[in-house]
Amino acid sequence: MRMVIVAGTPGSGKTAVLVHALRSLNERNLKSSVVKIDCLYTDDDQKFAKIGVPTRIGLSMDMCPDHYAIYNLEDMISWAQENESDFLVVETAGLCHRCAPFTMNSLGVCVIDATSGPNTPLKVGPFLSTSDIAVITKGDMISQAEREIFRERILEVNPNCKIIEANGLSGQGCIELAEEMLLSEDVSLDEEKLRHSAPLAVCTLCVGETKVNKKYHRGILRRIDGFQSYQGE
Amino acid sequence: MIEDITIVGGYDKNGDKEPVEEITIKKGEIFGVVGPTGSGKSSLIGDIEQLAQEDTFSKRKILVNGEEPTYEDRTNPRKKMVAQLSQNMNFLADMSVGDFLNLHAKCRGASQVCVNKVVNLANTLTGEPIKQEHDLTILSGGQSRALMVADVAIISDSPIVLIDEIENAGIRKHDALEVLAGHGKIVMVVTHDPVLALMTDKRIVMKKGGMQQVVSTTPEEKALSQKLNKIDEVMLSLRDQVRNGEVIGNIKMEDFGIQ
Repeated sequence: MRMVIVAGTPGSGKTAVLVHALRSLNERNLKSSVVKIDCLYTDDDQKFAKIGVPTRIGLSMDMCPDHYAIYNLEDMISWAQENESDFLVVETAGLCHRCAPFTMNSLGVCVIDATSGPNTPLKVGPFLSTSDIAVITKGDMISQAEREIFRERILEVNPNCKIIEANGLSGQGCIELAEEMLLSEDVSLDEEKLRHSAPLAVCTLCVGETKVNKKYHRGILRRIDGFQSYQGE
Repeated sequence: MIEDITIVGGYDKNGDKEPVEEITIKKGEIFGVVGPTGSGKSSLIGDIEQLAQEDTFSKRKILVNGEEPTYEDRTNPRKKMVAQLSQNMNFLADMSVGDFLNLHAKCRGASQVCVNKVVNLANTLTGEPIKQEHDLTILSGGQSRALMVADVAIISDSPIVLIDEIENAGIRKHDALEVLAGHGKIVMVVTHDPVLALMTDKRIVMKKGGMQQVVSTTPEEKALSQKLNKIDEVMLSLRDQVRNGEVIGNIKMEDFGIQ
């Protein structure tokens, strides 16, 4: 099973780009199964259903969506195997910019919106810096100069990634993404590791505390001045 | 050294083969791209900008000097053979004009000296002057467009120049075209404006996403272009007078070069 993990900010065009790329794989008689991870709601499964790709939704609800995606990878792979797919494609919710659910041998794809400004690549963290491929979308909405600056900024953060400029509406560039997916290798989960560790999230807020005042909080906590400590027994 | 580029036709929006199978544009030639809105003019320009290799939805292929360009040629802005002035009128980057131009010069491997030149050139094309310390996002449509033109002309100085609809910009379009086209370049201009269309050597007519035919500009059209140019100059000077708060007297048809 080859595994493609797609991360990117909400609204960057992850689904649109994937629909075009998977259609191109379909044309080569390669089957994919998609798992779309979101927090509360998504109707993206209908977009994949339209091109005949089996899709499953995972709503993480109270759990961090990236932690949820990682925890459920095994089940996703067995489901894709049942579908006799060549590819398992996991589309993440991508919210906090701190996690990167890419594993060592998966193909890590980061989708990033060029209209979000040239400082965005510096802000988004490991899901860009540890990706194999950075797909830049909406480049047709800005000038060539801005596009070139955006590209340079991505390379500052991740000098080894391959950049694909894609258009989720017309599908431009998406065939190139499909070609990269073809080059990816089989993954077995037995020895598979994450590329980047997930952040600490062990505090009273994680288990439902709603009071704001500092004295109610326990666990591994970081103050705004950068001091981090363990509060508790 | 780029001597020519060749567009090898692909498929239109209906999936039919494009009537124009192949067209070569040589150094020093100016080509127009015409057709109704939605006919695929910008997509054609986009294919050339990316030096498409049957990997876009039109399945067109662009050859440089009759050969396929390398991946490096297609993607590295320092090697980039194509400068493009797109339809987008506004900047989204939240930084000053000077910082932006410095960054872009760095991307393109151009000298930082360019930055002053770009601002000075932009100010010859537009009304209110642009300063380096201005924020990009507060520039007016005309100022943005003038800055983009100057940036393409100086920092993105490339042998292939693609211009998408310069006429809607509120800037001096003939001066802008002259600045961009330079000498010995391959130039393509997307336009709805007959003045510009007739200034070109040939024009590609687009329909339903495909290249329908290639029309060579006739000597009659070239002569007509001169007349249209005069009309345009009159219109421009009237525009300036209105802008400056002057009251316009009557105009004579002779001013238009028409008897």
